[in-house]
Amino acid sequence: MTEQTTARRLMMQFAAPVGAVVLSVVASAFILIIAGSNPITAYGDMLRHAAKLETSVSMINRATPLYISGVAAAVGFKMNIFNIGVEGQYRMAAIFAAYVGGAVALPTVLHIGLILIVAMAVGGAWAGIAGVLNTERGVNIVISTIMLNGIALGVIAWLVRSWQAEGEIVVVGVGTEKIDDSGLIPNLNFIPEFFGDIRSEELTGVLVIAIIIGAAYHVLLNRTVFGYDLRSSGLNPLAARAGGVPPKRMVIIAMLMSGGVGGLVGIAEIMDKGRYDPNFVGFLGFNGISVALLGRNHPAGIAVGALLWAFLDASSDILQVTDAAPKEIVDIMRGVILLTAVIGYEIVRRIRVRDEAAQAAARLAEVPA
Amino acid sequence: MTDLMRTWNRAPKWITWMVYAAVGVLILTIVQSLTDTERLTSATTSSAMLRWAVPIMLAGLGGLFSERAGVVNIGLEGMLVLGMWFGAWGTINYGPWWGLVIGIIGGGLGALVHAIATVSFGVDHIISGVAIIIAAPGITRFLSGEIFAEYDGGSITQSPGVDGVGKFTFPFLSGGNIGGWTSPNILGWFVDKGWWFVGDLASVARGLTFNLSQMTVLAYLLVPLSAWVLWRTRFGLRLRIAGENPQAGESQGINIIRYKYIGVLLSGALAGFGGAFISSPELNGIYLEGSTLQRGFIGLAALIIGNWRPTGVMAGALLFGYPTALGKRDLEGTATHSLLLVAVIALAFIVLWALSRHKTSDAVLAGVLALLAGYWFLAADTVPKWWTDIQPQVIVILVLVFFAQRLRMPMAVGQPYRKGET
Repeated sequence: MTEQTTARRLMMQFAAPVGAVVLSVVASAFILIIAGSNPITAYGDMLRHAAKLETSVSMINRATPLYISGVAAAVGFKMNIFNIGVEGQYRMAAIFAAYVGGAVALPTVLHIGLILIVAMAVGGAWAGIAGVLNTERGVNIVISTIMLNGIALGVIAWLVRSWQAEGEIVVVGVGTEKIDDSGLIPNLNFIPEFFGDIRSEELTGVLVIAIIIGAAYHVLLNRTVFGYDLRSSGLNPLAARAGGVPPKRMVIIAMLMSGGVGGLVGIAEIMDKGRYDPNFVGFLGFNGISVALLGRNHPAGIAVGALLWAFLDASSDILQVTDAAPKEIVDIMRGVILLTAVIGYEIVRRIRVRDEAAQAAARLAEVPA
Repeated sequence: MTDLMRTWNRAPKWITWMVYAAVGVLILTIVQSLTDTERLTSATTSSAMLRWAVPIMLAGLGGLFSERAGVVNIGLEGMLVLGMWFGAWGTINYGPWWGLVIGIIGGGLGALVHAIATVSFGVDHIISGVAIIIAAPGITRFLSGEIFAEYDGGSITQSPGVDGVGKFTFPFLSGGNIGGWTSPNILGWFVDKGWWFVGDLASVARGLTFNLSQMTVLAYLLVPLSAWVLWRTRFGLRLRIAGENPQAGESQGINIIRYKYIGVLLSGALAGFGGAFISSPELNGIYLEGSTLQRGFIGLAALIIGNWRPTGVMAGALLFGYPTALGKRDLEGTATHSLLLVAVIALAFIVLWALSRHKTSDAVLAGVLALLAGYWFLAADTVPKWWTDIQPQVIVILVLVFFAQRLRMPMAVGQPYRKGET
């Protein structure tokens, strides 16, 4: 392959996401003008806010669970399994993990380990239901995971009452029993403090877990036989089957892994609050899917997507403070980015296929008959 | 016995449906006699069921047009959201009928994005659908902040109250007016007599025929209309070939791309209708953020168990709408509790059916579930609210568990299609 085509490939790789962001900036500018705001002031506020050290820390904090959620979705997507149920899986996992963590007293490593294991087990089990329903009964995974999301919300509404710290008397719940300090992952404040004052922000220690998950996902996918089977099942299920990959078992394993990782999405919030409370953060599952789609299921791509989503989150906060624009504009930006990016990726893929065909044809023409 | 079976199999479809419905009411009546509730066969419940089923059914019919044209549309949930918002906005500004039209256009716009992504650009149908599900609430939230928040009684999450359209009562059956003359109310007469089962049957039927919103009537008229369009017109045949075998259609000179676009757009329009209906006084009476309650997906489940046919979609929607309708007024949970006994009976039927077909594992599974439901029924007098809330989802999963494998979806559904490629 010549250097020229490599450069062209690399450029095309980034054309879709960058194009999507540019388009969303332009489209949002138009919308802001119609809504009577000045887009330049608004964008200026967003960028100035993001440049502050404490905002960077807060962005990483927000990106951490999104990244974990993105990897959880990506594990399934790689195999063409659409686990839309990370939303329910992480919430179920979180309430069980917080409850168990609050009920025991253990040395710190064991305590944290137990909380993480419970979260992964419950997340995996909840996702596994959809896997088994699919392999044994032929139930569509998109439908079953969505239904399980709804069921999870109902079950949690019940659990949050039954497992309430101060007994059932309190009508407005306070959440589960507080977890002892031994069960909480320490923060990583020493890193940003090296660069300056981070005010009241704390850098979440769960970042370490997110990085481990990302690395493990990369190794699993590219350096193991299982990862190869997983990808080949996704690309061509019939060929994979002919190659000896058991399709049913792959579905179950993919769901268990996706749900297991998904179970860890809520850990950052638990570590921050020390419990599962009725206002537990929502929509991390769906945002994780967005991030996985943006990042093309690539470990580094998902990280970029998560940071972009976190940046928009932080921007919505500052817009509310400065009032330069309605803060909901970031929701529009997300929607536009997501829709244009998925279309953009497909266009790029088609151009690449055409290029490859053209190259092959050119090379064939060179061969003397 | 075999003669009876033969007659039954030869009977017109509408008669078999009526018999199924009557058997259903009979089971409800028996359960009602054994428990202390009167809600199972009340006219209030059946009329609520009719209303609660509408968005599910419209989403399901939407899925029908889209999937019959070969495009999976899980974005229906997002299109319901758009229909909800635009329906409410249109109604507040231009009245309920224009609101319905604007809601339909809103859902159609969401579908246009889906069609461009999937049909023109070949994006994976699920991915595009997920993108729409995620994007739609963001768009409506922005619009609410800009528009509803400025209205009196509105906010960023909800609109002010929304007006409804006129009512309709069937003449003769439930005493509707014909040109100012009040016709006799036959069902009402039976209800007043209160005979066992006959009274219950009349009461259920009365709920389905009395004081309906004209929008509800219109929604149910779309069921036979869809069946006629899809199976009795040239247009429908061409739309279905796009979902069964697009290459074959192409070889006949059919513009497959155009039919796929039409299928997806109709799908969004129907979901838009469903969304506008949710905002109408028949259900919420306002636009309220997050109030689709997964009905887009439940509609897709109705499509699956309805075997990709309009009547099946309607039956599925009514089945899924019933427990919600029952639970809405059942604050103490006694009526929903008696549904557990209905579940036991239904599962017992499944056991018999499975045994007659030598499907032992199905029979065992249904038997275990029946025992669990029976135990819960005996152990408690009421069910908690969270159970009422998740019932539709549980029923969807149970129904799919037992019947998902018996169904046939359009052959080419979900597959990318490009003109000129085989």
